[in-house]
Amino acid sequence: MADDQSTPPDERVFTLNFGPQHPAAHGVLRMILDLDGELVDRVDCHIGLLHRGTEKLLEYKTYLQGLPYFDRLDYCSPMNQEHAWCLAIEKLLGLEVPRRAQYIRVLYAELGRVMSHLLNVGTQIMDVGALTPITWCFEEREKLCVFYERASGSRMHSAYFRPGGVHQDLPQALLDDIYAWCEAYPKAQERIEGLVTENRIFKQRNVDIGNVDVRTIMDWGFSGVMVRGSGLKWDLRRAQPYECYNELEFNIPIGKNGDNYDRYVCRMDEMLESVKIMKQCIERLGEMQGEDVLAAGSKVAPPRRGEMKRSMEALIHHFKLYTEGFHVPEGEVYAAVEAPKGEFGVYMVSDGTNRPYRAKIRAPGYPHLQAMDHLCKGHQLADVSAILGSLDIVFGEIDR
Amino acid sequence: MSEEELDRTEALEDVRSHILAAQGPGVIASHIRHGELTFAVERGALLEFVRFLRDNSLCLFETLIDICGVDYPERGERFDVVYHFLSMRMNHRVRVKVATDEATPVPSLTGLFPAANWFEREAFDMYGIVFSDHPDMRRILTDYGFEGFPLRKDFPLTGHVEVRYDDLEKRVVYEPVKLTQEYRNFDFLSPWEGMTAELPGDEKADEESA
Repeated sequence: MADDQSTPPDERVFTLNFGPQHPAAHGVLRMILDLDGELVDRVDCHIGLLHRGTEKLLEYKTYLQGLPYFDRLDYCSPMNQEHAWCLAIEKLLGLEVPRRAQYIRVLYAELGRVMSHLLNVGTQIMDVGALTPITWCFEEREKLCVFYERASGSRMHSAYFRPGGVHQDLPQALLDDIYAWCEAYPKAQERIEGLVTENRIFKQRNVDIGNVDVRTIMDWGFSGVMVRGSGLKWDLRRAQPYECYNELEFNIPIGKNGDNYDRYVCRMDEMLESVKIMKQCIERLGEMQGEDVLAAGSKVAPPRRGEMKRSMEALIHHFKLYTEGFHVPEGEVYAAVEAPKGEFGVYMVSDGTNRPYRAKIRAPGYPHLQAMDHLCKGHQLADVSAILGSLDIVFGEIDR
Repeated sequence: MSEEELDRTEALEDVRSHILAAQGPGVIASHIRHGELTFAVERGALLEFVRFLRDNSLCLFETLIDICGVDYPERGERFDVVYHFLSMRMNHRVRVKVATDEATPVPSLTGLFPAANWFEREAFDMYGIVFSDHPDMRRILTDYGFEGFPLRKDFPLTGHVEVRYDDLEKRVVYEPVKLTQEYRNFDFLSPWEGMTAELPGDEKADEESA
């Protein structure tokens, strides 16, 4: 605190350093807070402490090698990130994804949404003082991590979505287990909500804090729950549907006041909608067992192991695919998905070779965090961490 | 599906001709590819053009999605600044491109979209693209005291300095990068497939005939 004793008592201007190693900073965020007494006057966010140069690395890797970097962006819902990368590549290639793969993708994208929201809701509640709900959230999240592992072999960095489909087909037993989880989950959420939603302390810390109006949304480039919490019915899954979202039934929960509390309620409702989508996907997947999950016959899909033992061409193709990689036609595209945190987009410039010429990752958390100064101005110091929690930021994607 | 795409392209075509009619002089080129509308705009006309995109009742591109740089070292004006806008009300997207070089500033959009602030800082940090009238032109993602512009094509992937904790000095020290093994950047690009440049060895044929 830069307050020395010569300052007159009525001038109570502090400069406070928050982070970068603060448990409520949700990662490595450093904020310089200018305080007037206990009121926040200015927030200066210092980011980049987790910057790993993903975009630079992508320029030096083939399209397939670049894919796992996306797991490491928003590590709360890795597959949603991969999804945008695959969509961008497929858009340039003009590649049609098999139906079964589309449903598997949507199933896992929604699973990722629940994973991300569970983590966010849990930590946000913890930020405002409750310790039990986060353990309950993580209990459910743990089960989802197991589903990730059973599909991809990894709990977190899955590299499961591939250009042209998904890497491996799902066994029916796994689908049955996910379905059983979907049946049981709403009960578990009810239990968590019973602790939190009507809780007096939780409401006092969140209602009418961090209000977001339509002007703010437009000015600051908000997306996702930050938009829906304020009552705008904007969801890329409906507005600009990708994969098979237009064949699925789900509602878009919206808030009313655009404060922290509404965003919390939005996330809670969204999880139930996601579970609904997952159930529909599993039902449809049951009807199309044994179908392709990777665009067969295309140059982007590796040949199956059995084929490689018999066919020389398949062996050569496999070797070429994993050394040189496939070529993507020249051009530029922007592909976006409705990630749990908002619009996650990839802007890709291809020069026709096996590597992207430029790949820009548009992380939803980046503009959200940028608005911290705008959102926190005039709030109490204690509200800073509450607002930060409800922005749902993860430094993997912000710092890239 | 394809019908839906056709409708979408048609709608974009309308938006495009509407914008061209009003803002024609500042536009260098425009096209719709992969169902995406792109404009290349004169640097001087950018602010006016974006203001039109935001405020015109048929455009309403009110959300700034992204700003990023792209480096083409072989060009005279080596950088492209690429803007993405979204209209939630009309459900359209548009991309605007402006070319610049290391020294020439691009007008900042912070006056129109406060969200441009960090995106422009990032473009400056990564490419050294300068924006005029930007309120806070600091680096954003790289380390305190970082030198160079990492996303430029002539910046090496390994960077120039590395950090380690020095036990004798009891602090973190910066040193030039020392690699025990040289960074292995294999060029797997095959000459038989997807190659655009001339085949290796072809230049000899010209020498012989000359």
